[in-house]
Amino acid sequence: MGAPRDYEDIPGTYVYDAERGRVGYHLNMFCMSLNDPENRKAFKANESAYLDRFPLTPEQKQAVLERDWLGMLKVGGNIYYTIKIAFCDGLTFQDVAGMMCSMPKEEYAKMMMAGGRNPEGNLYKAGSSEEQK
Amino acid sequence: MARIVGGIACSHVPAIGAALDKGNSGNEYWKPYFEGTIPAREWLAKLKPDVAILIYNDHANALSLQLIPTFLLGTAAEFPVADEGFGPRPVPKVYGHPKLAWHLTESLILDEFDMTIANEMPVDHGLTVPLSVTCGQVAQWPFKVIPLCVNVIQYPPPTGVRCFKLGQAIRRAVEEYPEDLRVVVYGTGGMSHQLQGERAGFVNQEFDQDFLNGMVNDPEKLTKISHTQYMRESGSEGIEMVMWLAMRGALGPKVREAYRFYRVPTSNTASGLLCMEPA
Repeated sequence: MGAPRDYEDIPGTYVYDAERGRVGYHLNMFCMSLNDPENRKAFKANESAYLDRFPLTPEQKQAVLERDWLGMLKVGGNIYYTIKIAFCDGLTFQDVAGMMCSMPKEEYAKMMMAGGRNPEGNLYKAGSSEEQK
Repeated sequence: MARIVGGIACSHVPAIGAALDKGNSGNEYWKPYFEGTIPAREWLAKLKPDVAILIYNDHANALSLQLIPTFLLGTAAEFPVADEGFGPRPVPKVYGHPKLAWHLTESLILDEFDMTIANEMPVDHGLTVPLSVTCGQVAQWPFKVIPLCVNVIQYPPPTGVRCFKLGQAIRRAVEEYPEDLRVVVYGTGGMSHQLQGERAGFVNQEFDQDFLNGMVNDPEKLTKISHTQYMRESGSEGIEMVMWLAMRGALGPKVREAYRFYRVPTSNTASGLLCMEPA
């Protein structure tokens, strides 16, 4: 028995499951390499050349070069790994969170101060069977 | 004989560590959080533990996707503080308790929990932030720490039931240990939060309040929460709360609540702090 994928109707969420693990491994291992200060330096010196050390797909490489945080999740990125690129850029988790949901930094911070993103309307994807109940 | 004298549930938001390390804990944003943690520190200091079993998850620091143990126990005499991509946190080195850790490893494996054994590993904010929250800024941690990592990074993590049973097995193992040791158990992570995707920033205060109450009064009910329910209702990263259940399992059926603190937001997260003693 495999794991039931009954979480696919959660909106705006990319569960790092077997499907994503299969395609995301090398992308995430690149991110992990940035824990080493020498590697951070090498990546910053020539991002494209550094990325070529890893067997990434063209889409994965492009997403990293463009700092497309949401796009990275869609091509197998795991947030605990892709955040290493953000740290390398001097960004915080909150900066990246705002970019992933296309909110200006101040607006995202304001939403968090007001108690975070509300569960109401955010539990099921629009149009999913549960949402229509 | 060793015995478990307390349990602590504590969020491990990295920004909490950064606020302390950069001297920002007294500012307008952080002051209410840190003031809320003082009673927990006072309570823990009075408990005078010798050892903590600290249940947490590593965040791509000691472990990577190369090897993903579901449960891992650190048997080393010392654990360096990890460089998570911006230099190691300026906190004291963590000293382990190899003798108790090996006893736990043997007991747990023979009790049918297939533990991975780590003889060397760095520890990241998942472990050091709860120590900072409950011990403050100290020159040296006041007790030995046995790290116990749970995989919550690669889906699926172990179930809530499994974690709860692991906690019960930890209790049995501690009580078999001949030396007089006062042991506390930490369950870290949570509470509701989501760090990824268009739903980042998700917080569910009602879920969290029910969870806090359940931790004290009815943990068995909490073990029935499915992974999908955690991810849907407490955010994709809220699933870390299975680690709270491992701690709760170690406290035995009844507990006395010593202190509770809940705050939204703590960076991107609803943070919880719950101190309990076996009753």
